[in-house]
Amino acid sequence: MLNALLAMAAIAILLGAVLGYAAIKFRVEGNPLVDKIDAVLPQTQCGQCGFPGCKPYATAIAEGVADINLCPPGGDEGIHKLADLLGMEYKPFGGATQPKPKSVAIIDESNCIGCTLCIQACPVDAIVGAAKQMHTIIASECTGCELCVPPCPVDCISMVPIEESIANWKWKYPVYALTASK
Amino acid sequence: MSGFFSPFITKPVSVSQIMLHVLLALIPGIALYVWFFGPAILVSLTLASITALGVEALMLKIQNKQIAPTLKDNTALLTAWLLALSIPPLAPWWLVVVGTAFAISISKHLYGGLGNNPFNPAMIGYAVLIISFPVHMTHWLTPHGLGDVSLSFLEQLNYIFQGVLPDGIKLDAITMATPLDTLKTQLHLNGHVQEILDMPIYGRLAGQGSEWVAAGFLLGGVYLIAQRIISWHIPLAYLGTLFAVAGLFHLIDPAHYVTPVFHLFSGAAMLGAFFILTDPVTSPTTPRGRLIFAASAALLTYLIRAFGGFPDGMAFATLLMNICVPLIDAYTQPKVFGKKKGQS
Amino acid sequence: MRTLYQFHGGIHPPTNKTQSNHTPIKQASLPSKLVIPLHQHVGSSAKPIVEAGQRVLKGELIGAPDGHLSSAVHAPTSGTISAIDMQIVAHPSGIPDLCITLIPDGLDEWIHREPCDDWCALSHTELRHRLRQAGVVGLGGAVFPSDVKLYSHKHKIKTLVLNGAECEPYITCDDLLMRERATEILQGAQIMRALLYAEEVLIGIEDNKPEAIAAMRAAVTEGCHERMEVVAVPTIYPGGGAKQLIRVLTGIEVAAGVRSTNLGVQCFNVATAYSAWRAIGHSEPLISRIVTITGNVGHPQNFEALIGTPMDELVAQAQPLPGTTGYIMGGPMMGVLMPSMQVGVIKATNCIIAAAKNLFPAPAPALPCIRCTRCAEVCPSELQPQELYWFSKAKNLDKAEDYHLFDCIECGACSYVCPSNIPLVQYYRFAKSEIWAQEASQKAADAARERHEFRESRIEREKREKAEKLAAKEKAAIEARALRAETPQAVVSSARPDADPENTMQLKIQLAIDHAKEQAAAIKPKNTEQLTPQQLAEIADIEARRARVREIAKDVTHIDGHS
Repeated sequence: MLNALLAMAAIAILLGAVLGYAAIKFRVEGNPLVDKIDAVLPQTQCGQCGFPGCKPYATAIAEGVADINLCPPGGDEGIHKLADLLGMEYKPFGGATQPKPKSVAIIDESNCIGCTLCIQACPVDAIVGAAKQMHTIIASECTGCELCVPPCPVDCISMVPIEESIANWKWKYPVYALTASK
Repeated sequence: MSGFFSPFITKPVSVSQIMLHVLLALIPGIALYVWFFGPAILVSLTLASITALGVEALMLKIQNKQIAPTLKDNTALLTAWLLALSIPPLAPWWLVVVGTAFAISISKHLYGGLGNNPFNPAMIGYAVLIISFPVHMTHWLTPHGLGDVSLSFLEQLNYIFQGVLPDGIKLDAITMATPLDTLKTQLHLNGHVQEILDMPIYGRLAGQGSEWVAAGFLLGGVYLIAQRIISWHIPLAYLGTLFAVAGLFHLIDPAHYVTPVFHLFSGAAMLGAFFILTDPVTSPTTPRGRLIFAASAALLTYLIRAFGGFPDGMAFATLLMNICVPLIDAYTQPKVFGKKKGQS
Repeated sequence: MRTLYQFHGGIHPPTNKTQSNHTPIKQASLPSKLVIPLHQHVGSSAKPIVEAGQRVLKGELIGAPDGHLSSAVHAPTSGTISAIDMQIVAHPSGIPDLCITLIPDGLDEWIHREPCDDWCALSHTELRHRLRQAGVVGLGGAVFPSDVKLYSHKHKIKTLVLNGAECEPYITCDDLLMRERATEILQGAQIMRALLYAEEVLIGIEDNKPEAIAAMRAAVTEGCHERMEVVAVPTIYPGGGAKQLIRVLTGIEVAAGVRSTNLGVQCFNVATAYSAWRAIGHSEPLISRIVTITGNVGHPQNFEALIGTPMDELVAQAQPLPGTTGYIMGGPMMGVLMPSMQVGVIKATNCIIAAAKNLFPAPAPALPCIRCTRCAEVCPSELQPQELYWFSKAKNLDKAEDYHLFDCIECGACSYVCPSNIPLVQYYRFAKSEIWAQEASQKAADAARERHEFRESRIEREKREKAEKLAAKEKAAIEARALRAETPQAVVSSARPDADPENTMQLKIQLAIDHAKEQAAAIKPKNTEQLTPQQLAEIADIEARRARVREIAKDVTHIDGHS
């Protein structure tokens, strides 16, 4: 009886030690789930999901506060990826803003008054300019978030959809319908 | 223009031609079947064919799919023929119809139609019949010259469709158990293999008559391999393993385990090796996978035959191995050009 | 006899080469115009260095290479540049790309050339530079800039493989080139061998081209080339794929994503060797190439055509037959249907097939895959096309990549044998470009995340620094006060109005505004005299906008003030 108790106690202590050691040894800094979700999000930082950026939205998803179908730039594909990552069921898009074709912001430079309001709004520092100097957008860094559009006092920023060129052209999904299905 | 994209040319080979070749390859076996057991098998073949085509058309119609192209691909016919060849020829007409209808509708179309069914439809049909109607499935015809009486073709038709036998003739007089079944029963009665094989229903290699039918299927199978319709992997691995396992047991105890040749030429071994296991949809796609698949099926067949409750294990072995196909495929991916095995 | 190796799979489609390989190469007549795309090669597009209206000479540089991986573009004949604009090019998308349009003047006047008798005297860097400036790119279809491939890095290159296999049906341009210009091909090969320090040269030619093999062998003997061998390889498609030919000749398998030079082999098309020789030996840039015109034409044959020649003008010289539905550039296995019959010949144009219903009948409709694995049996990359099809169709792209989608060379052998007529290659092309697009957007997202995080940390840092400065100031103030407190004339500090931080701030803002006003009043706008009414209107417009901004700004400060 005593032997059995001792043995059980010894095992408990041993396993406890292993678990404690593992907890220290394999300790994970931060919340890996948030990072994983953040990695899937398109990083436009546009806030169209209702959260002030991709990371906050990722945090909200991880905490179960937000749904996975709120990101317009991520589109259908993004929802599928999130659903796969989180082992959830796919949902059709349910956000407030409808997904649009990918665009870049263009400043109409003849109208720009150099107020720097758009520079302050740009989440990825893709606008170059200084006070009372003309501003311009680095197209390759622009995520198309549209955040610079509303602050502009002279409405000189417009969103231009990215046109298809030979460089970004994609082969289409074969359209041959299987005869078996009409 | 052949579509908008390359390649703009294609080899003139179609699914329906491939299936037609398989049907043709069944003809020698069927011819020998008719020669030894009479024309009743032709009745069940016809019945099964009509049912298969009808049910296929119905299922396509229900799913709102185009009927003609799929109906012409000959796959439904092949399922029908394989099933009909697995059912006793004198079985009542509804047995054939129910089996075929189940095979086409449930095990083929409910899984998404051609190319998507995980199980061999013909074997599903067979399994359903042997579990639901075991008695009807054991009344096999006696080969010519063995029985006391024999029925004329008209009398057979009368029995198939109306269940009426001529006066004074009992069903037992014109039918018998299969050679494998008989062997099993006799072994249970503590018979000795050598004595059992002296019974009149056994021929030179296996069952009287049925050994020739098996040889017919072997001939057709060799034709399919020569025509490159099927690869050699599955038949060779199946027959080879069956031979090896049966041979091992026979060497250990010849009194209770029959010769490996007997196993090859009885039951559905030949038909299965060349026509059933090789169904591309339900068999592995990699060469190594095919060897594993067929060898395992052979082992299962032997275990069921020698130690299981059913006289023949072909159908159940096929279905059990069908379950494993995705797994086998995933683990037997061959190496890619320029890469070492398993390198990505 | 050299031991040859085999590659897995392969097919034997009808070759259809005899139609066009009986007549010698014919010089194509000068077209009415030349449409020369600036992006004909792998890498970045060439930069136009001419202007519309400018007269150029034959061989003059009109597009300069831009970046390490790029190539030059030249005027194929003398004439006038009529436009530099977006035109439909020989690309399956049908999307316009930047092209230079040249109207020939009929004089065909060469630019000054300096033929080089002794290229051995030139440094390797100079040779590579000349090849780059001459616009020499791979003419087998890959159009990869040749100078970039002609480096012998740290890996020792043993074998230079010249590809004269030409396995695609219908195409005979390399066949005819080898028959007629074998000596020059070998001279190009010598230059390549020297640049690569390669020990041996193996020239692989499919055994259905006995004349070409004989001509090349004669040229090797005649030129006394050492360790150079013409090898007849079995005729099997795609035996002319670079990877497949290297495998057949040397037994080496070059996996996807691996440079063949790392394994000691480099491979060039025979036509590339020929144009390398023309570039070095004759100082002639790549301005023309041999093009097979075949298919629905009365007299299929090979033409030496200028780059930029509109395809219909070229086909017109081979007696076109009625019923042509379109042009295929390349062979029937890997070629692409041209978006228009007027697109210009590019460096990659080895063959133009006039397509007609009787030559390429409409395919039977696709049926479900029955997993018969005929595709796997013929796949030269030893893939499982049926699995790739399944995953690509379901857009399960990760899985498709796991099953080595990117090892697929798109040779089309799988589609050719498919009894269900499934356009397999099309699914793979779709999946590949989808994966590329996703990788690109993932890259963009990562960059955006980095920039965003940097910005956040920058804002954070600025805030912190401000707070620290403020804290330091306050600390100094407190210390000063403490000092003053020790002195008798100290007053109660809290009684002073400016001690209230809010008051200080407002005071400061007011001061700044006043200052700005003063400044604004002081600065008189310059150049305001003698303006047109239009300019005045514009100024008024801008002033109005500024006023509006000030209004908005005021609103903003009000709101800020309240909060």
